[in-house]
Amino acid sequence: MSDLLKTSFHDLHVSLGARMTAFAGYDMPLQYASGVMKEHLHTRSAAGLFDVSHMGQVRVKPKSGNIADAARAMETLVPVDVAGLKTGRQRYAFFTNELGGIEDDLMITNRGDHLFVVVNAACKEADVERMRSALSDECLVEPLTDRALLALQGPKAVDALAALAPECTEMRFMDVRELEICGANCIVSRSGYSGEDGFEISIPEENARAVGGALLAQEVVEPIGLGARDSLRLEAGLCLYGNDIDSETTPVAAALEWAIQKVRRKGGDRAGGFPGAEIILDQLDSGAPRRRVGIKTEGRAPVRADTPLYEHENDVGQVGRVTSGVFGPSLQAPVAMGYVPTRLAEAGTQLFAEVRGKRLPVQVAKLPFIELGFKR
Amino acid sequence: MLKFTEDHEWIKLDGDVATVGITEHATEQLGDLVFVELPDIGTTLAKGDTAATVESVKAASDVYAPLDGEIVGVNDAVGETPEGVNEDPLGKGWLFKMKLSDVSVVEALMDEAAYKKHIGA
Repeated sequence: MSDLLKTSFHDLHVSLGARMTAFAGYDMPLQYASGVMKEHLHTRSAAGLFDVSHMGQVRVKPKSGNIADAARAMETLVPVDVAGLKTGRQRYAFFTNELGGIEDDLMITNRGDHLFVVVNAACKEADVERMRSALSDECLVEPLTDRALLALQGPKAVDALAALAPECTEMRFMDVRELEICGANCIVSRSGYSGEDGFEISIPEENARAVGGALLAQEVVEPIGLGARDSLRLEAGLCLYGNDIDSETTPVAAALEWAIQKVRRKGGDRAGGFPGAEIILDQLDSGAPRRRVGIKTEGRAPVRADTPLYEHENDVGQVGRVTSGVFGPSLQAPVAMGYVPTRLAEAGTQLFAEVRGKRLPVQVAKLPFIELGFKR
Repeated sequence: MLKFTEDHEWIKLDGDVATVGITEHATEQLGDLVFVELPDIGTTLAKGDTAATVESVKAASDVYAPLDGEIVGVNDAVGETPEGVNEDPLGKGWLFKMKLSDVSVVEALMDEAAYKKHIGA
């Protein structure tokens, strides 16, 4: 335990009664006293505050001073339109490999004179290394190790943040602004990982506790642990890197085509030019052999990650696999995601999941499972 | 006579039939239960076999047969409403009844004081 890293909020978590768990090398709150179910439902009805300071925050600065140079350089690593990203706007992206697999998923923001990138905790060293080795001729790649990151999520997140920074109400989904919160210069995006409206707030480390404390002091805000973070994102149909997407999963198999803009596809002005482009662009036309789908059960028994899926009740060979599964507190029913052959990916297709030796009927379901609360 | 196992089950003996559930400490660790799978009546289990499964939002946990025996009753009420286990783990949240092969081995299980020490309470 002693070699686990701690975020700026570690002693706050402990004082709030959190049960801590090791996650990506950090000692993080799994849940607080009220538990996963209540934390999840509170986030859906009011506002939840998540410490996500373990994630990697990176500044990518063009040596030329021209943001277009950084954007074009970044486009050699992601199949996403970075050059077309306006100042103060953010976009979902993923690093790909030569086989078209996903090395990590990330958020990219155009901050005017640099790109601001947020990557997964478990991948951050590799991502910095990847960006340094590919971009160093044109860019300075600077990990921002002196900044904390909080996510404030839920329909009342905007009210809670507006009490401290009223301008946040002017932002729409995927806008990014520098806001002064409790005297600290914060980088705030209107985005998140819960399927609800909300914000992610990057804070200078020396101000982290003041900002976190001021947000928690808002009546609608409760602290939320990683347990509810997982059930919230799964109901919202969002991928967890390492579970639902990985280095052997292409964006097309992962049903993430929406994140690849026209300009990077065949016939686009900046088509291809990223690792695995040939495979991924071909799959955009002809599909991938397998596809990520939502899975709903007929009974109350949850189907968990790694549960095998079968086409027929008595088949010997499995056709697919569950990659994430929880009991969805908002649906009061099990929800899962997994991969099936593309011919079986249509919503409504009946399959069977083997749980503790029994074949349970399940159905392919549309994602997300809930209505998204984004303020577009 | 109330006895406890290291796996956080409690056993209440009546003749040669043991009623089995999970302890309050276990329910606190597991959090809100959302699904309980109970064994079939008539199943013969050896000590340590999986007898039931209790699931929270995030995870499934096995409940083991505390001793050798045969399942002679299950609590269908908690199958329908798993939160009953959280509300009253030592009472109406019981899970199953086992007819024990050898009643004398119950003696060797922990009493309440020993269990409290086991969980550091």
